Amino acid sequence: MATVSMPLRKKRRSPGRLVAEIVCCVIAAMVAFPLYWMVLAAFKPAGEIQSATPWTFAPSLESFERVLGSNGFGRYFLNSTIVAICVVALSMLLSFLSAIALTRFRFKGRTVLLVMLLVAQMVPVEALTIPLFFMVQQVGTSVPAFGLNQLAPLVLVNLAFSLPFAIWMLRGFVAAVPAELEEAAALDGASRMRFTWQVLFPLVAPGLVATSVLAFIHAWNDFLFAQTLIFSDVDNRVLPQAMRVFYKPEELDWGGIMAGATLMTIPVLIFFIFVQRHLASGISGAVKG
Amino acid sequence: MTTQLAPAAPDLEVQAPRRPARKKRDGRAAAIYLLPAGILLAALMAYPLFQLVQISLYDYNQPQASGAEPLVFIGADNYIELFGDTQFWSVLVSTILFAAVCVVGSLLVGTGLAVLATRVRAIPRMLLFLAALGAWATPAMAGSYVWLFLFDANFGVVNEVLGMQGHSWTFERFSAFGLVAAEVIWCSFPFVMVTMYAGIKNISSEIIEAAQLDGATWRRTATQVILPILKPLLVIATIQSIIWDFKLFTQIYVMTNGGGVAGRNLVLNVYTYQKAFAGEEYGLGAAIGVVMTVLLMLITVVYLRTQRRSGWQP
Repeated sequence: MATVSMPLRKKRRSPGRLVAEIVCCVIAAMVAFPLYWMVLAAFKPAGEIQSATPWTFAPSLESFERVLGSNGFGRYFLNSTIVAICVVALSMLLSFLSAIALTRFRFKGRTVLLVMLLVAQMVPVEALTIPLFFMVQQVGTSVPAFGLNQLAPLVLVNLAFSLPFAIWMLRGFVAAVPAELEEAAALDGASRMRFTWQVLFPLVAPGLVATSVLAFIHAWNDFLFAQTLIFSDVDNRVLPQAMRVFYKPEELDWGGIMAGATLMTIPVLIFFIFVQRHLASGISGAVKG
Repeated sequence: MTTQLAPAAPDLEVQAPRRPARKKRDGRAAAIYLLPAGILLAALMAYPLFQLVQISLYDYNQPQASGAEPLVFIGADNYIELFGDTQFWSVLVSTILFAAVCVVGSLLVGTGLAVLATRVRAIPRMLLFLAALGAWATPAMAGSYVWLFLFDANFGVVNEVLGMQGHSWTFERFSAFGLVAAEVIWCSFPFVMVTMYAGIKNISSEIIEAAQLDGATWRRTATQVILPILKPLLVIATIQSIIWDFKLFTQIYVMTNGGGVAGRNLVLNVYTYQKAFAGEEYGLGAAIGVVMTVLLMLITVVYLRTQRRSGWQP
C-alpha cells in the first residue's frame, strides 16, 4: 500500500495546504460539535441548559443521577447489553462456520448460495415486521420464552439480519489463510475440526472482531423491531425505547435526554475505538477488490 | 444514523483451494457448517418474506389477527386500494426524494472530505477522522435526539445563536425533512469518507507518476486516471447508501414524531409501521412492504449488474 502524495502536491502548493488544513480542522470541529453539545448538556446543571454558553463552570451529575435513578434506565441498559452480547457471540460463531464452508469447501450450489447471500443483504428487513410479529406471537403460545415481549426473539431477529453481511465480510479473512496451511495440517494428521478451531480460528480472530462490531451496532441501535416485538412489557424494553419514554413534549428534560444519549453512545464508542484498527484492515481488505 | 457500519462488500474473487477428489466430503461438511445460519435465515428472513406477500393478499385487520373473523382472500385489492390512495404516492415520492438527497449529500461530503484528507498533514487528518468516527458511532436514536436538541424551538443553541427563539424547525414539511437529512448525512458520510480514503490511498503512486510523465495535467490525471480506478468503489458506496437511506426509520420516526404533522413527513418504512401497527390494517401494511421490497430488489439487480460489468465472477 503505497502512500500516495495525492494528486500532485507540489512544493509550491504549501500555502494551499495550509488553507486545506484550516478547512479540515474547522470541518472536524463542526462534525464533532453535536457530540460535544450532547456531553456538555448532560453535565450542565439544570439552570444552564437553555444557555448557549459553550462551557460550564459547575458541571454536575444531576442529569445522570436522574436518568439512572428513574424509569428503570439501568434495567433497559442491561437488557440492551444482554441482547447485544448474545447477538455478537452467536453471530461470530455462525458467520465463522458459514464463511469457512463458503470459502474453503467446494460443493455444488456454492455460487447460488453466494448470490443469495448478496440478495439477502438487500431485503428491506423493516418490511418484515408484520409477518415476524405474528410469527413470534404464535411461537409464544407454545414456547413463552420466545414469544412477544421477550428478549430472546429480539436476539434471533437481530442475529438473522446482521448475519448475511457478517458472513460476507468474514469470507475475505478466511480466504486469506493460505491453503498450504490446511494441507500441512492434514498431513500432520489433524482432523478438519481441529484445523478449524486450532489453526483457522486464531488466524481469523481479527476479522471476527471487525465483523462483531457490525452485529453489536445493529443490535444496540435497533428500534423498530424492539418497538414491534416488545410493545407492552415495560420491564423488557431496551435502550432506544427507553429514550422515547424520556421524551415528553410537555416537560422537556433535555439534560436528562442528553445524559441518556451519552450513556447510549459510550458503549458503541468504546467498541469502535477497540476494534478501529481491525476495522480499517477489514475495510481496506474489502476495498482492494 | 444508518449505523450498519458496513464497509464495501469484499471482493468475490476468492478461490477455494481446488480439491476435486474431496468434493463429495466437502459437500457434507459444508452442509453441517452452513446449517445453523441456514435455518436461521430461512426461518426469520425467507419465510417471513413469503408470508409478507401472503398477508398482502388478504383482508387482514385486527379482527382477523385475533381470530374473531375468518380470513378473506381478496387478491390484489390491497394493492388497488394502495395505488388509488394519493397519500401513498406522495409518501413514495417523498421517500425517493428524501433518500436521494441523503445519498447525494453523504457521497459528496464523504468523497470531498476523503480528498481533503489526502492533502493535509497527519494531525488535521486525525482530528477529522476522530470526529467522523464519533458521528459514525452515535446510535440513530441518540443522534436524532441530539439534533432535535440543537434545533429545539426554545432550548436549542441554533435558535439562540440566530436569535430565532420559538421557531420550530420540525413543524414545516421541508425544514423537517431538511433537519432529518442533515442528521442522516452527518452520521453516514464517515462510511463513504473512510472507504474512499482507503481507495485513494491504495492507488499506487507509480500510476500517477506515469500519467504525469506522459504530460497529463492535474485535471486529466484526476478525471481520467484516478476517477476510473475509484469508480467501482464509488458504485458500491452509492448502492450501499441507497439501501440504507431508503430504509430509514428511526430518524424520521423520532425527529418528526411519527411522520410529521398530518403525516406529511412520512417515508415508506414509517408509513408501513403506522398503517400496520397504529391503524391495524396489516394487509395494507404488508402490501406497502411488498412494494418496498420490489423497489429495493430492482436496486439489487442494478448492483449485481454493475458488479459483473467490473469483472466480477462469483
